[in-house]
Parts: sequence; structure tokens; C-alpha cells
Amino acid sequence: MKTRIITKSTCKPVISEAGNSAIFKTGSWRSLKPVFEAAHCSHCLLCWLYCPDMSVIVRDGKMEGFDMDYCKGCGICALECPGKKGMKAICMVKEDIL
Amino acid sequence: MKKMTAVTGNEALAEALRQINPDVCAAYPITPQTDMMQRFADFVADGLVDTEMMLVESEHSAMSACIGASAGGGRVATATSGPGLALMWEMLYVASGMRCPIVMPVINRALSAPLNIHCDHSDAMGARDSGWIQLWSENAQEAYDNLIMAFRIAEHAGIRLPVMVCMDGFIISHSVGVMDFLSDDKVQRFVGDFTPQEALLDIERPVSYGPLIVTDQYHEYKKAQNEIMDSVFAVTEAVASEFEYLSGRRYGLFESYRLEDAEIGIVVLNSAAGTCKDIIDEARENGVKVGLLKPRLFRPFPYTAVADALSHLKAVCVLDRSDSFGAFAPLFAEIAASLYPREQRPVLLNRIYGLGGRDFMPEHVEAVINEMMDVVSRRIAAMPKKYISLRQYY
Repeated sequence: MKTRIITKSTCKPVISEAGNSAIFKTGSWRSLKPVFEAAHCSHCLLCWLYCPDMSVIVRDGKMEGFDMDYCKGCGICALECPGKKGMKAICMVKEDIL
Repeated sequence: MKKMTAVTGNEALAEALRQINPDVCAAYPITPQTDMMQRFADFVADGLVDTEMMLVESEHSAMSACIGASAGGGRVATATSGPGLALMWEMLYVASGMRCPIVMPVINRALSAPLNIHCDHSDAMGARDSGWIQLWSENAQEAYDNLIMAFRIAEHAGIRLPVMVCMDGFIISHSVGVMDFLSDDKVQRFVGDFTPQEALLDIERPVSYGPLIVTDQYHEYKKAQNEIMDSVFAVTEAVASEFEYLSGRRYGLFESYRLEDAEIGIVVLNSAAGTCKDIIDEARENGVKVGLLKPRLFRPFPYTAVADALSHLKAVCVLDRSDSFGAFAPLFAEIAASLYPREQRPVLLNRIYGLGGRDFMPEHVEAVINEMMDVVSRRIAAMPKKYISLRQYY
């Protein structure tokens, strides 16, 4: 996800397009990001159930990954993930912001 | 010959506001500013201006209404003093953060408690970090000139930030001084028409003001605000040179008085500079090489230029009409920060004077000059910070 960085010429808290909430992405708030390891996933969908931002992508009953435009990196999915054979399917890593 | 008029500081500023004719003015009375806005309200009532005058229930509301009107697309002015400015505190940051070019005379007054209505710079110093540009004025003439120039600086396309014009309460606001007013026509041509940017009332291009910016970009936003402040120096100087062409009066980022060949110097804001200049002239006649630096643009602060003007001195006394309890006073902190990077720099003294309107007398300036001379000639160590003009008994 790419966010335009505020500079001297855009330093004004003004939203100038109507109907812009659809393009307002909150993924840039993240400091940690979830990483999905499919091999350790039993598709129990606890992550999908717990995610407060509906950022877990599920297709045909299978966990497929994350919607990084809205994932704020809270880490609840990683905490709740029971994994398989003692290995978590979701782990949190530091977001590379620079 | 110029037509000179005798008016109070408040009358002079009300007159400037009449000539500028802002779109909206929201204000709440507070001594010693009341008298200015009361005169301006008369101009509104008499139909001499088209300003929408909003009489609100507090200074917090006054600044809030000004922000709304400014975001709406209007040229906006208000005025306040001491506790009134303190009550605006939350909204000051909103005005600068939203890039609202509001212009506000601040008639400097002490903060409570104890209750005191007299001259003191604690009010504006408390707002120095709020993102507002601050211009300081020695007398009614400079305050009038600063107020006219403030609109040009605030509304400059690359700046769009609010400006405070500071003037000493009572000492200037209520004392009659000699003024050279510019004609209405000259002022209006100098200030020009106001060009709104992204106005809320522009229904063809709807916008929303003040969205949430959290950890991802707030930091970058504040850096951008700081960068805009850096461009204020050049704009202030350009506006001043255009103003000089109009009025014949020259203003820099600060005033340098007999500093070039000086050995010791005084740094002081606003009206006390007048008293200092008289005593400096007397001391010069007695062979004492003393000068003065009077900051005009306090935010942003021109550190390099100030250091260039002061670093050759042997001693400098910074006189503050406000204090930071348990620390050095605000003006001193800036002067020390200016000079620290220089290899050659003067001994610095911080002297607190005139709080709550305590008279600042010629003998106080003489004492400060004598103290600096002792420090230089007899190499006496002096206390870095001290209160002067204290009473010993009643």
C-alpha cells in the first residue's frame, strides 16, 4: 500500500473530494503486520471471527490472507490463531515504514 | 508635511482594522483590549465597515468562530489580552494547524493569579509554540504598521498561517502617542483583496476541514508546519520592504540600535525598548559603548541574524517581561540558543523586569548597563537570572 506523505504544499487538513471514505485507507496506521503461513493453517477461521477490521480474506471457506488497506496491525488474529501442530499460521512482524 | 495625529494604541489598531475592513470579526471584551474592539464595534454600527461582528460568550468561542469564518473563506480578525488569550489556547493550535490566516492583536497583559490587568508578556509567551507567527511592537505606530503588514504575511499563498501582533497593555494601548496614519486608499491597496483557498462556503467545490490524522502522518504534518514557518522570514522582509516604499518606515526582523560598534548590549521586547534607547543615548555621551536589539519577529525566531548582530559583544543583558518559573525566561532562552553555536559570544545575563505592569524606569536601564560594565571590566561573575526593580519595603 502506498500513501502520499504530507509535505509543505499539502499541509492542510482538508478533504476536497466528495464520497472519499471509500478511498480512505487505514492500513498506514500499522506498526506491526501479520504474516500468513498457509502450511500451518487449519482454516478454523478464528482470525476472521476476531478481526475488528474485517481484514481477513476468506474465499470458499478458506483463509487466504489479509486486506492490508485496512489491517491496523492489532495482532488479535495472531494471538487467537491455534495453528497446526504447535506452529502458528499467523505471526506479527515489524512493518517496514521507512 | 505629514499629518500627525495623537491617539492611543488601541485607537490606532481599531483604525487599522477599519481601513482593512475584514469580513468577520468575533471578539470578547477583556481589559486592556476591550477599548479597541469597542471602537471597532462602533465602526460596524456606524456602517463604516462591512464586517460581520460576532459578539460571542468567551474567547474560546471567539477563536472558534474566527476559525469557522476563516475556513468559510473570509478575511478574519479578532483581538485579546492575557487570560483571554489563555482561554483561546486549545483553538490557537487549531487555527494554525488548519492554516487559517487569522490576524489578532494581542494587547499584552499579566496572567492570574493574583489578578492583574497590567502589562506583562506572559500571555503571548505562553502561546509562542502554538504555530502562530508573532510580531512585537514598541509603540502605537509600529503596532499599526505591524497589523497592516500582518494581513499580507498571514494571507501569503505560501504561508496561510495566523499572526499575533503584540502591543503592551496600558503603556501603549491606553497612552496617547504621535501617529502617522496611512490613507484608507493606501492601506486597502497594500493589503489587497482576500483570496480564499478551499473555502467551506464554496458550494461548487465542497470540502471537509479537520479530519483525523494519527500516528502514520501527524509527525510529517507537523514537520511540514515547521517548514512553512521557515519561509516566513523572507515573506516578512519582502512585505516590510514594500511597506517601506509605501510609508517611508523601515522594519526588519528585529531592530538593531547602536549595536555595530557596541561592547555591551540589551535585548528587550516592545515598549521598554523606548526607555532603553534614551538611556543608551545618554550612556553613549559618557563613552559607554552600549547598544540594543529589539526583536520584532519572535515566531519564527531569526536565530542566525540575531547571533550575527550580538556575537561581537562582550556582555548582553536579556530583559524579560515574563518568566518561566524555575527556568530561564523565554526571550533569554532564544538569545542563548542563537549565540551558543558561535565561538565568540558574550556573557549573558537574564533580568526579569516589569511583571504585572511594574514600572520600568530609566534607573533600571542604568543599573543593568552598570552591571554589564562590571562584568566586562572587573570580570565579576554575575547571577545568570535575577529579578530587577524589586521593592525592598513599603
